[in-house]
Amino acid sequence: MPNVMIRHNEGKMTLYVAKRDQEDEIASIEFNSDDSWGGTIELTDGTKYYVDPLDAPPKLPITLRAKRG
Amino acid sequence: MSVMSREETEALINEVLEVYPAKAKKDRAKHLTVNDHEVEQSKKCITSNKKSLPGVMTIRGCAYAGSKGVVWGPIKDMIHISHGPVGCGQYSRNGRRNYYIGTTGINAFVTMNFTSDFQEKDIVFGGDKKLAKLLEEVETLFPLNKGVSIQSECPIGLIGDDIEAVAKKATATTGKTVVPVRCEGFRGVSQSLGHHIANDAVRDWALDKRDDDNSFQTTPYDVAIIGDYNIGGDAWSSRILLEEMGLRVVAQWSGDGTIAEMELTPKVKLNLVHCYRSMNYISRHMEEKYGIPWVEYNFFGPTKTDESLRKIASFFDESIQKKAEEVIAKYKAEYNAVIEKFKPRLEGKKVMLYIGGLRPRHVIGAYEDLGMEVVGTGYEFAHNDDYDRTIKEMGNATLIYDDVTGYEFEEFVKKVKPDLIGSGVKEKYIFQKMGIPFRQMHSWDYSGPYHGYDGFAIFARDMDMTLNNPCWKKLQAPWKAEAAEEAAVAASA
Repeated sequence: MPNVMIRHNEGKMTLYVAKRDQEDEIASIEFNSDDSWGGTIELTDGTKYYVDPLDAPPKLPITLRAKRG
Repeated sequence: MSVMSREETEALINEVLEVYPAKAKKDRAKHLTVNDHEVEQSKKCITSNKKSLPGVMTIRGCAYAGSKGVVWGPIKDMIHISHGPVGCGQYSRNGRRNYYIGTTGINAFVTMNFTSDFQEKDIVFGGDKKLAKLLEEVETLFPLNKGVSIQSECPIGLIGDDIEAVAKKATATTGKTVVPVRCEGFRGVSQSLGHHIANDAVRDWALDKRDDDNSFQTTPYDVAIIGDYNIGGDAWSSRILLEEMGLRVVAQWSGDGTIAEMELTPKVKLNLVHCYRSMNYISRHMEEKYGIPWVEYNFFGPTKTDESLRKIASFFDESIQKKAEEVIAKYKAEYNAVIEKFKPRLEGKKVMLYIGGLRPRHVIGAYEDLGMEVVGTGYEFAHNDDYDRTIKEMGNATLIYDDVTGYEFEEFVKKVKPDLIGSGVKEKYIFQKMGIPFRQMHSWDYSGPYHGYDGFAIFARDMDMTLNNPCWKKLQAPWKAEAAEEAAVAASA
């Protein structure tokens, strides 16, 4: 259950895992609409994380608890 | 263009690793790599931020060094107590040349050493009482201090002292910020964790002090310099450029910085991050909590400085962008003259670097501006995100080494034969005795500043002064030099 920070970096949405010093671009988010946001997040290198879906898209950057997806 | 081909460099790494026992060899092999621009992520080619191998020479520091020496130490109007035995503070005192303005011992305390000087009885009975007394004494002797930070040394964590409680009590009586920092030296694998702990301490104990206070007059052009430690005056030569382009520098973290500046940083519009490694944590925190964007910049060498000034200006309106161009144009003649003077003397020379923090990648641009080539670089304590950034900066098929051991570094130098080495003082005399020009790049070899256009002139002069120093020709005894010459003549005849 790492803490991940999702933020915009030069126009791209990235996911940062502080513990692993990993900051990678997000390739896809399972739910990405006005009424739900989150679910499985896939990074460009293939790593997957799961965050509990939120009711609305959050204001970035945001720190969330994520599970290995 | 690289001096060695990929195969040659790989062969060199294998050759150097040959002497290790199998297990050590396997471990060290992960830390050495040949740069490949096609690799997107450094984790595929290099391992970093891992415990050093027992039995090899490493030049890493400890968490206390990262917190007290790097992040907290340069804050000039606070007293930084080295809490624990006397040595840690005394032997690292005044070594980093973080310049500051102020009267030492009156309203600035950077170069002084404050310690609780632990004795056996403090280990046995706990040192909290001693610390409380120390805080009182400090208040009496140095009433103009604006706060205290308690930098733990190893024993504090081992005996389980409650420095947080002492700090809270002291804050209640004096009303000044007292920050307990849990940066015991045994934490983590290098000073890098100390930076993180120090950043967290800033976040938890200092940063939000003025959140409800809106008396500070802000402007749309407020910025903070984050991660510039003012070594030899670096932050000052950066600051003038930013001010010339119309920005207002509210805070300097932490070279020549104050606690008040730190507390005001959440009110700025943009955080300028120079040392990513040591200050990215707090920048990310401020981005999330206060919505302050941050941008990395590089003020080494004119090419990178131009780029960075434009990049910083792009966050502001056109008036700033216009002024940034004016600043670049203004200094152009100046730095072109520097390049014109020194490039012929330095062109084509090879450099090997092994430093910490940001320099192994940031100074590459400055060397390239002088026509020099960096053929090998490495970090003491970087993480993979640093190497991600380094891969792009370095030439293809050049050497990259993480937490290089004394033996490996020497062997690399013997084979690659660089014309100049930039590393720390622990390496300096070894390589100078080997007859290789050397610059101590942690504190600029008692020179500086190297940031900005003004700094570049000093940088170029220093490199020339070191490389073209006549002493390097005198290393061989005259009779031996003659013999070699005679042999050469005989061979050619």
